[in-house]
Amino acid sequence: MILNEEQQMLADLAERIFADKASVDTLRAIRGGSHGNDYDQDLWQAMVESGLTGILVPEDQGGMEFGLVSAGLVAREVGRRLALTPFLSTAVLGAIAIGRGGNDDQKSRWLGPIASGELIVALALDESAKHRPERVATQATAAGDGYTVTGQKTLVLDAANAGVFIVSAMLDGTPRLFAVEIGAGTVDVEPVVSLDTRSMADVRFDAAQAELLDGDDNTLDAVLDAGRAMLAMELVGLSRAVFERTLTYLSERKQFGQRIGSFQALQHRAAHLSVEIEISEAMAFQALAAFDSGADDASQQILAAKARAAETARLASAEGVQMHGGMGMTDEFDIGFFMKRARAASELFGDANFCTERFARAKGY
Amino acid sequence: MGDLEAFRAEVRSWLEDNCPEEMRQPLASDQDHVWGGRQWEFSSDGQRVWFERMVEKGWTAPAWPIEYGGGGMTPAEHDVFKSEMKRINARSPVSNFGFWMLGPALLKFGSEEQKREHLPAIARGEIRWCQGYSEPNAGSDLASLKTSAEIDGDYFVVNGRKIWTSYADRADKMFCLVRTDPDAKKQAGISFILLDMESQGVSTRPIQLISGESPFCETFFDDVRVPRANLVGELNQGWTIAKYLLTHERDNIGGEPPGLLKGRDLAKMALEAIGADEAGRLDDPMLRADIARLEIDAMAFRALVEHTRAKAEAGEGVGARSAMLKYYGTELNKRRYNLMMDAMGGQGLEWEGERTSGGRYAREWLRSKGNSIEGGTSEIMLGIISSAVLELPKG
Ligand SMILES: Cc1cc2nc3c(=O)[nH]c(=O)nc-3n(C[C@H](O)[C@H](O)[C@H](O)COP(=O)(O)OP(=O)(O)OC[C@H]3O[C@@H](n4cnc5c(N)ncnc54)[C@H](O)[C@@H]3O)c2cc1C
Repeated sequence: MILNEEQQMLADLAERIFADKASVDTLRAIRGGSHGNDYDQDLWQAMVESGLTGILVPEDQGGMEFGLVSAGLVAREVGRRLALTPFLSTAVLGAIAIGRGGNDDQKSRWLGPIASGELIVALALDESAKHRPERVATQATAAGDGYTVTGQKTLVLDAANAGVFIVSAMLDGTPRLFAVEIGAGTVDVEPVVSLDTRSMADVRFDAAQAELLDGDDNTLDAVLDAGRAMLAMELVGLSRAVFERTLTYLSERKQFGQRIGSFQALQHRAAHLSVEIEISEAMAFQALAAFDSGADDASQQILAAKARAAETARLASAEGVQMHGGMGMTDEFDIGFFMKRARAASELFGDANFCTERFARAKGY
Repeated sequence: MGDLEAFRAEVRSWLEDNCPEEMRQPLASDQDHVWGGRQWEFSSDGQRVWFERMVEKGWTAPAWPIEYGGGGMTPAEHDVFKSEMKRINARSPVSNFGFWMLGPALLKFGSEEQKREHLPAIARGEIRWCQGYSEPNAGSDLASLKTSAEIDGDYFVVNGRKIWTSYADRADKMFCLVRTDPDAKKQAGISFILLDMESQGVSTRPIQLISGESPFCETFFDDVRVPRANLVGELNQGWTIAKYLLTHERDNIGGEPPGLLKGRDLAKMALEAIGADEAGRLDDPMLRADIARLEIDAMAFRALVEHTRAKAEAGEGVGARSAMLKYYGTELNKRRYNLMMDAMGGQGLEWEGERTSGGRYAREWLRSKGNSIEGGTSEIMLGIISSAVLELPKG
């Protein structure tokens, strides 16, 4: 897949904004902050101004109405710059859940505010340590015109700042998506200080008032596909970034009177890693394009992309630490942040094992 | 686009009408591959008919210009053609080193006369070529080759020895790297010449592989006289051509899985051999996981191949990146054959016998080990990537 002109412009735009705004210093500042559950507000503002928060929102709701390939170009920058931003939760997952699942009223209430950056949306799916989207104990009950939901969710991204939650809950024996607006004391958010400083929380819903998102039957699948696809791009972006830093170090650091990058043992590992990165990136782009064109095997391709990107990021960050020697182990040096981020992004929405297993199942063996 | 769709329809209906049913089956053994050449004997009527029809149509070398016996297809048409061939699983009607390697090199570096003499003969499957590069002391370090060619009037006189020459004993001609200036720096004294294997003084000795087959040979040259007109490009400039040709070889090796597994579904083979559990999953969870990982890597590798091809078509040079494809593609293929052996179990232990067409699982598995050696080893590919792509410091 090759980027078209519009996508190339968007890639350049995203690169510029993130290079300008997102820095490891901000990450460190947020990590050292009071509740460790914040996001980079300056960056978010810049994304609002350039329209990136509305990248998947329809034009008539004030968005750009681009596809997943375009959103992926932003996600790649998120990974590359270790940005702390509700882009995934809100601009992608929120926009798709509401855009596909919502009725006209819901769309007009929430999509505009997503595009304008006023509303943060949090997706509450998982209930246990490992991602199992079908395993839902949270219950929905009809109440008056609407519903209430009750249950305990975990790994909820950007919950601390969310205005709307999208929650999976069982209704008549099948998992469905509901929207819960923050307000009443029936939603209890307990922030978790996370490994990679990503905003994360456990959330308890106690007979919280909820609206059913009953637009499109395949909304949950689309949301899962999009989440995995974005995380694959995030992982590709961070793999590239950690690899660039490692290459620089290989060309500078001297031992035994020569630059360590001249040692063949390291050269071959670096070369192997570069191939892994190229392949994972090509897979991710192809998968995103498959989603955009509605290809039959888009979900399979996305599973493949996420599985592979996770393995690549694991290797890239591990080699990054190893090839920086003692320096790679220090908190003062940035390299460890990539390893932490790789771990978290790999785990969310299904790790490599999960995605590989689902891939085999989808292929019929 | 409309034209392309019309072209697709034309190709599709022609292939439907002309490709015999048995030529749409996966290759059962190496014998099923048509190599062509003076010594070639067809193993079935279907093979012969398919070959003759494709030769007549000019589609054996689809992308070569028509005046040199090719199909004259544009890159886009060629892609359509390949996808239509793949759609019906059509076998290649004929192919050998002339198609993959020499042809592209002659198109770029050959004289008009050389193109007219050699390309149509390759396209018609009349002449089978072999590659005389490696020598006993010049493998990875190919540029240190010693086979010499001294000028004597209108001739080169060639002396020396090549090794690992695939199918030298069955080939009609050889493209060969020879040293024409022993005093120059090693890359600078090499020339690229074409010679007839029937020339006086050429002899071959087959070497048996671990797969039990002997597809390659030692080749000896004892005062072999080669007309100077058979020099391709300039004297002592052969290294450039050699390298160009190696990239083509690498692209080819890094593509589709060759041999037994071409167009076959590994998971399906495993399901047939091992069976499924109640949930329909392959009844060997560890192997199932390995196959899924391999399939994901294979799908991702194809994505990179496609991406690289699209970039090349958009005019971006591929260059040293072909080393990435060669490296990964061949390592992937070795993994694939390992898993095939895991799946086939006891059948994979057969070395002879009807049931496995002469132990082809075992033999092709062993043959696949050569993929990461032939055409430049994996270690050499990693070296090229680190210096030419990553630009890491020299040792
Ligand atoms: C099936 C098959 C078919 C072939 N067909 C042909 C043919 O038709 N025509 C032809 O000319 N040749 C052919 N070859 C030869 C092939 O090109 C050579 O075998 C190959 O280039 C390696 O050379 P070598 O065998 O001398 O190994 P060597 O170069 O001796 O390598 C031995 C080991 O050392 C490693 N090594 C070497 N140099 C380095 C380095 N700088 N850094 C790190 N590791 C290194 C290699 O990777 C390898 O693992 C064929 C080989 C095979 C296996």
